[in-house]
Amino acid sequence: MNDMLETAGTPAGLRRVAIDPVSRVEGHGKVTLLLDADDRVHQVRLHIVEFRGFEAFIRGRPYWEVPVIVQRLCGICPVSHHLAAAKAMDVIVGARRLTPTAEKLRRLMHYGQMLQSHALHFFHLSSPDLLFGFDSDAARRNIVGVVEAHPEIARQGILLRKFGQEVIRVTAGKRVHGTGAVPGGMNKSLAPEERDALLKEVYQVVAWARDAVHLIQRLHQADAAYYAQFGAVPSALFSLVGPAGALDFYQGTLRVRDADGTLRHEGVRDADYAGLIAEEVKPWSYMKFPFLRALGPADGWYKVGPLARIQNCDAIPTPLAERERRAFVDDAGGRPLHAPLAYHWARMIEMLHAAETIKDLLHDDALLGDERMTGGDRVREGIGIIEAPRGTLIHHYQVDDDDLVSMANLIVSTTHNNEAMNRAIREVARRELNGRTLTEGLLNHIEVAIRAFDPCLSCATHALGKMPLQLELYDAEGTCVAQLARGAA
Amino acid sequence: MSAPIVVFCIGNPSRGDDALGPACARRLEAWIAAQHLSERIEVIEDFQLNIEHALDLQGRAAAIFVDAGCVGAAHVPPFDFYPIGPVDRRTHSTHALPPEGVLHVLSRLPEMPVPPAWVLCIRGAAFELGAGLSPKAEGHLTAAFAFLTEQVLRAAPDTWPACRPAGAQR
Repeated sequence: MNDMLETAGTPAGLRRVAIDPVSRVEGHGKVTLLLDADDRVHQVRLHIVEFRGFEAFIRGRPYWEVPVIVQRLCGICPVSHHLAAAKAMDVIVGARRLTPTAEKLRRLMHYGQMLQSHALHFFHLSSPDLLFGFDSDAARRNIVGVVEAHPEIARQGILLRKFGQEVIRVTAGKRVHGTGAVPGGMNKSLAPEERDALLKEVYQVVAWARDAVHLIQRLHQADAAYYAQFGAVPSALFSLVGPAGALDFYQGTLRVRDADGTLRHEGVRDADYAGLIAEEVKPWSYMKFPFLRALGPADGWYKVGPLARIQNCDAIPTPLAERERRAFVDDAGGRPLHAPLAYHWARMIEMLHAAETIKDLLHDDALLGDERMTGGDRVREGIGIIEAPRGTLIHHYQVDDDDLVSMANLIVSTTHNNEAMNRAIREVARRELNGRTLTEGLLNHIEVAIRAFDPCLSCATHALGKMPLQLELYDAEGTCVAQLARGAA
Repeated sequence: MSAPIVVFCIGNPSRGDDALGPACARRLEAWIAAQHLSERIEVIEDFQLNIEHALDLQGRAAAIFVDAGCVGAAHVPPFDFYPIGPVDRRTHSTHALPPEGVLHVLSRLPEMPVPPAWVLCIRGAAFELGAGLSPKAEGHLTAAFAFLTEQVLRAAPDTWPACRPAGAQR
């Protein structure tokens, strides 16, 4: 039903409401709604307005620069791009299997990224909605409001993120623009004092992460029916899984489940991703719409990210997170959950798993080893896939005989979720906005659904005074009758 | 022991004039090394300000936030240097906080006094992915860096002068 809201049958005479840009998501997004005189919704679209040019930015650069330069695509998940590019370039330099030290260092970096990103998203971006309510006072519904009302929760959120950033700093070499991963391995081991400093804190981090799982579990179960239906859109679930179907953020094969949980694709190698998915272009969005080739563009869309990963895997290989995964699965009654708000619960389970994995890795002396590089026969094409905080991230490159990148194709997590996000907001609009007078609180429901996916809309440009939020209301004749701006200077 | 003065240089070096912050960081780090001031001044570079930067302010005597600016009369060329305090500014924002928001997060954490803080806003013009600094922005950076090193960082923080170009409004 809600896919009918993608394009209004008769747009003439409908009034347009724009949420521009969507707040508290990374980058620039815009939602437009077309309403009739009785406030019935006829069209809802999420537009990505600044998501372009990445591939052109990379073409022509030496391949060894790419893992560093791609970090500048994104201010929030640079480590994910760093590692996906490094994995692709491993293939280029013939490093089919990294040394144990290099792989564990990269995993440590990656799980640090997962921890800090999930902490930021939950505590900074989403907890205001979840703790205060979607319709609560907009002046309070932000991180500062959380600090005031729940100072301990806010403090833990800040320190969890800080710990993840520190893991990244010691593995990547720098807090931002790190150079730790290079084609064929890593250029730096962990120093014993760096490991010891992290070990002192990691047990507290695991405890806080577990508390965070229980916090979102309580919020979810306190209003279970609403959480389960809000923006729920059944779809296939897409992610990497490790050996024996275990959750793995760094390495594995691609698995796809149908909406009812049935396995559709299993054991697809990263090099074969293009045989699994294709991308559709729609005239009203810069962002493409990936779909499973086997099902076609109409039915082949899918979800990625924490909700997909937690339900796609067969187990989580750390004990506390596995216990929480089982509780999540039991709560859903054995069938996959497709509600965007369930992303938050899944995300916190992943944060706990990341904390446990970091703890385990810090006890592994391989992190201190010196054998960090390997190589082999040089080839012209490399594909690297990892599970980034927001979902599956694909980097695909071709390199010419002069060592310059001649082709780059990046499919980022948010692109995979494009159709799912669009359908989710149409579902929210249909259920919650239809026929009602729009208020800031109601429009926030749309944003809540988008934020649950934690989209990264590509924006590290944040110069002072940029990014105003503008809401415009047009009458049936197309005249702008009301305007509201907030935020920037 | 943290250096008493922290300078946050914010921006993405591959986003045109958003690189003003990182470019300032490069110049500042070289200047600090040459002047043997590393025990007095620490430079922190990042893509954007976030909640954990509140913890980087802990125990500081003063803080400066260097960033590109580009919109309206608030950010007139070549640069604008002005004091700020914690402001409960309700930003719709993205994952990022404005400097005043970072101070406000700190002000709400127990036993963490907020240091005096200033913004050095350097005017940029173009922010396209893959572009370098524009010639105009280079000129603005040179002027801002000279002001920062000659009139600010050599002096005691309680004597730092605001420098508001004509037409600047806040």
